[in-house]
Amino acid sequence: MDWTALTLSLWLAFWTVAILLPVSVLAGRGLAYTNFRGKGLVEAAVMLPLVLPPTVLGYYLLVGFGANSSLGNLWQGIFGHPLAFSFEGLVLASVLFNLPFAIQPAQRGFEAIPVALREAAACCGLSPWRALWAVDLPLAWPGLLTAMVLTFAHTLGEFGIVLMVGGSIPDETKTIAIAIYDRVQAFDTDDARVMAATLVAISFVTIAATYWLSARLGKRLT
Amino acid sequence: MTLTVALQSHGPIPLDLSFRVAPGELLALVGPSGAGKTTALRAIAGLMTPETGRVTAGDAVWLDTSAGVNLPPYRRHLGVVFQSYALFPHLTALGNVLTAMQVPDRIEAQRLLDLVNLQGLANRRPSDLSGGQQQRVALARTLARRPKALLLDEPFSAVDRATRDGLQAEIIALRAHLNMPVVLVTHDLNEAQMLADRMLVIDAGRMIREGTTAEVMADAAALRTLGVREVAALLPAVIVAHEDDGLTRLDTATGPIFLPRIDAPIGTRLRVRIMAHEVILSRDRPVGLSAQNILPATVRSVVPGDGPAVTLHLALGPDEILARITRRAAADLALVPGDPVHVILKTMSVARDHIGRAG
Repeated sequence: MDWTALTLSLWLAFWTVAILLPVSVLAGRGLAYTNFRGKGLVEAAVMLPLVLPPTVLGYYLLVGFGANSSLGNLWQGIFGHPLAFSFEGLVLASVLFNLPFAIQPAQRGFEAIPVALREAAACCGLSPWRALWAVDLPLAWPGLLTAMVLTFAHTLGEFGIVLMVGGSIPDETKTIAIAIYDRVQAFDTDDARVMAATLVAISFVTIAATYWLSARLGKRLT
Repeated sequence: MTLTVALQSHGPIPLDLSFRVAPGELLALVGPSGAGKTTALRAIAGLMTPETGRVTAGDAVWLDTSAGVNLPPYRRHLGVVFQSYALFPHLTALGNVLTAMQVPDRIEAQRLLDLVNLQGLANRRPSDLSGGQQQRVALARTLARRPKALLLDEPFSAVDRATRDGLQAEIIALRAHLNMPVVLVTHDLNEAQMLADRMLVIDAGRMIREGTTAEVMADAAALRTLGVREVAALLPAVIVAHEDDGLTRLDTATGPIFLPRIDAPIGTRLRVRIMAHEVILSRDRPVGLSAQNILPATVRSVVPGDGPAVTLHLALGPDEILARITRRAAADLALVPGDPVHVILKTMSVARDHIGRAG
């Protein structure tokens, strides 16, 4: 059992969720409440990671923040190490790759709030910022929770993109999914079996807990 | 604090309206569905922007398209009561009221709930309240913002009749406390006549008639554009007795009338809506007639219409009621202004919701 890889995976999932939570609130609410030219294109772009093979996204990311890119150079200049094949690069890739899992359910959550309630909030004198905390978030909760759990579980299970932009550097970019692959390649099926079962258990518990919590929240709200 | 409104839009729903509402005055916007009543209200609230327009409340300019001013709804100090209540489902009644306060004040919120007769229900969620109770919470929530104007969008159309009577009585009672302009959107002329001081009849976004409620409700031509022939007047009356036979006896300026039992204490001042087409006229005091309500009156004016009917304005002491009879009948009776006449009302012709408390 590769505990370092498991810890790394959990940290990666944590940071991805931490970054995508505010992003999905802002983007999901924005997409749910406004209509603008090209909205369909934006929504399509958000959904793209869902259908693209990880290799395609990984390729563009390597081009985008590799050593020869301006972002890669900037990062190297500030932090003294390359962005590609680092934990930070992995977080960035994970955030981009999880955009559809985070934004889509959040958007649905905000869309489920009746327009009349939003108008009532505005007519009660609530600024958009106050309405967010007093009305929108308490009502869009289930959607946001789904978004974050999907993101968390999906990050734990991601394999292709991690391999593309992270390589397999222990304690830096070697996540549990990569570790399982390594073990299988080395014919160490015992270790692979334990790690695979652990991943199944963690993912199952996370998603089951969400369903339970959503049902409870849902009951409280209706 | 006077509310002044001027709105013009070509589409999708055309609007060309201009009116003002004085503090403490209740203006009813009436018209057929699709006439633009709710659109006008939404434009005042800032929920939609007309092509050109100007909306002011006292010194505050909420909308002035020529000056590029267009405040969002949350910066317009007004209260809106919606047809669908639109309460926040995750908050209690008290929470709904507190949310609308700039500085949450539990004592004030409780006072507002008491004001709309919701004692003891502060901790209920909207799902545990009846329609009428929810609309009361919505009203309290609206007042919590200390609005400069109040907008009511078909506020009673989603509740049953008994609840509606109660809510209307509450609005009448509340108005004594509220020194602000109130705009009521309704398609119900009875409701408009019972509640409003002035009425604005609109159709296809344009004003057809504006005037005091009594004037508009006496104008058969204006009402015909609404597709109704409900010319009617409000007759002030006081309850003097509840009779054993199930009738209530009321005093009017020129005599008693009997109506089906009214659940209100003796001494209550009422306004009874008398439909002009239900009124029968007689030159002599009739005898041997089943109708019990016979009131002496004087003809004030005879207004011919386009159709076969004429409208007579009749003075009952200081009050006025309307009678709508055929030209033929009017010619037979040869009534001219100043003539004495007897007004005959059938007890059972007065609908329950045509009886309201006087403000």
